[in-house]
Amino acid sequence: MEFVNWALSPWGESILVRISWDLFWASLVGGILFLVAHGGYMLFSPHHKREAGEVDRMEAAMPGLPAAIPRHSFVARMFHWVMAFSMLVLVFTAFLPVVGVKFAWVYWHWMAGILLTGSIIFHIIHATFFLDFWSIWVGPRDIPEAKAEIMRDFGVEIGGPKPGKYPLGNRLYHLAVMVAGLGAIGSGLLMMTRVRTPIFDRNPYLMGDAAYGFTYVLHGLTGVGFVGLIIAHIYFALRPEKFWITKSMIFGTITRRQYLEHHDPERWAATK
Amino acid sequence: MPAFELFQPASVADALGVLDRHGADAWVMAGGLDTFDWLKDRIRRPRVVVDLSRVAELRGIKEANGGIEIGAMTTLTEVSTHALVKERYGLLAEAAGLVASPQIRNQGTMGGNVAQDARCWYYRAGWPCYRAGGNICYADTPTSVNREHAIFDADRCVAVNPSDTAPALIALDAQMVINRGGSELVVAAQDFFVGPGVDITRLTMLQPGDLLTAVRIPGTWAGKQFYFEKVRDRQVWDFALVNIASAINASGNSISEARLVVNGVAARPFRLEAVEAFVRGKGRDEQTAEQAGELAVQGALPLRHNGYKVPLMKNLVKRAIRGAGAWNS
Repeated sequence: MEFVNWALSPWGESILVRISWDLFWASLVGGILFLVAHGGYMLFSPHHKREAGEVDRMEAAMPGLPAAIPRHSFVARMFHWVMAFSMLVLVFTAFLPVVGVKFAWVYWHWMAGILLTGSIIFHIIHATFFLDFWSIWVGPRDIPEAKAEIMRDFGVEIGGPKPGKYPLGNRLYHLAVMVAGLGAIGSGLLMMTRVRTPIFDRNPYLMGDAAYGFTYVLHGLTGVGFVGLIIAHIYFALRPEKFWITKSMIFGTITRRQYLEHHDPERWAATK
Repeated sequence: MPAFELFQPASVADALGVLDRHGADAWVMAGGLDTFDWLKDRIRRPRVVVDLSRVAELRGIKEANGGIEIGAMTTLTEVSTHALVKERYGLLAEAAGLVASPQIRNQGTMGGNVAQDARCWYYRAGWPCYRAGGNICYADTPTSVNREHAIFDADRCVAVNPSDTAPALIALDAQMVINRGGSELVVAAQDFFVGPGVDITRLTMLQPGDLLTAVRIPGTWAGKQFYFEKVRDRQVWDFALVNIASAINASGNSISEARLVVNGVAARPFRLEAVEAFVRGKGRDEQTAEQAGELAVQGALPLRHNGYKVPLMKNLVKRAIRGAGAWNS
């Protein structure tokens, strides 16, 4: 299996060109194997949920909570679905030709890239000034929560800390998508200098061969990374025990019991 | 020349067997005129070469279903001089007769002419351009020598299709017969050629293991009014800067249907469907020709050195619409 493709430049130098498409297949197969393995484990393992009595007690102790608790505003949901749409267009336009479905993909790919870039810029501003910015990040304070989640997955009945607005899995996924997304966007914008678009003046010599080679490789790596990430995201979004999160991304709210079962009211205070 | 294992099958079945065994390592050779450029320049180094020159069933021209079928290994001289082709499909006879030089037409084949690779010298020199699997088009930079390159449909790569017979075949609504994995695949000539947006490493839809076996031309356009013109730097042994093939069905002076195809302006023969729709029902006169020429070049994006192709193409379209009187006006 090759990881990257090299070529000989007109000046006789060995230059990076792009990633090998073997990596795409690795990411695709890896993503599918992960969901098969995880699905199998969840089906047959002794993993534990929190006990129902704990939620009953909390519900009784907090009678003022509304039945439906807002989790995602309309604007946040719109951003999510616009980003998801652009991501899917990007991944399909990039990799359908690799698997043999030939069509004029470049135009759709960079258009979706511009849409993604615009939505991410909007998201950064929105999250920084209008949302609880730190609620999505992970840090040392999340170690006890991670430990409790892992113990539960291995069948140990354990209480322990709950997350704020976002479960640890959400926050880790956000971190991975942020790193891959910013890499893909930055490299993609540089690659657009070699493509005819109405946005940039084409300048294929903006950078040297080595820098472009690195840029193409970075774009490829983030792209194949997204194949696995998207498979994992869709899988978890459709899993029965996580579907309440998916519904909240559609309708904007969660139920009072879901709030009490999955969130720490101290870390995320519900609003009406 | 780099060493390779040579196979000279005597039948299509044997050729397909070799291609099936060696897959992407096999190189299909028809007349050898494109092949030996690649091999002698040591740019392509196939492990296996499949020479089709001994496959008799790929040669010859015969009548079929009201039209004709031309074997892929039929030489361009045979195509250009064959009585039936000249009588019914003079457009193709003329296009084939203008390919390169007499010696090359004696050796070059119908299949080879349509399946030949791009002639962009950056690509042919072995530079790692998009078409060669790299990440840059050396012909589309501020300092490139790109006099012969594309003015339409450039998508990262600006190479053009160099074939003379390809536009004639599309104008005649020909079909390409491909053997893929033992099954016959018949595609319209127009769909046989692909642009860089669809596949930047190929000019045609042929994949490793595929064998172009024949070209079928239906009777639909037999004996209609044809026009072919090839403009090149010298009058022999040269590729077209721009060429045009048109087939027009006219009643009196009125055009009832037309097919116009220009090559040398894009990576695939460029069919002028907007012009075809515009001229339908119009008189074959100067006014129609003038408007058709203007319409044909709308959307052209010339590079630094090939702006001349825009008026050249416009004038060729005008002449194709004028037809027989083209040279006198």
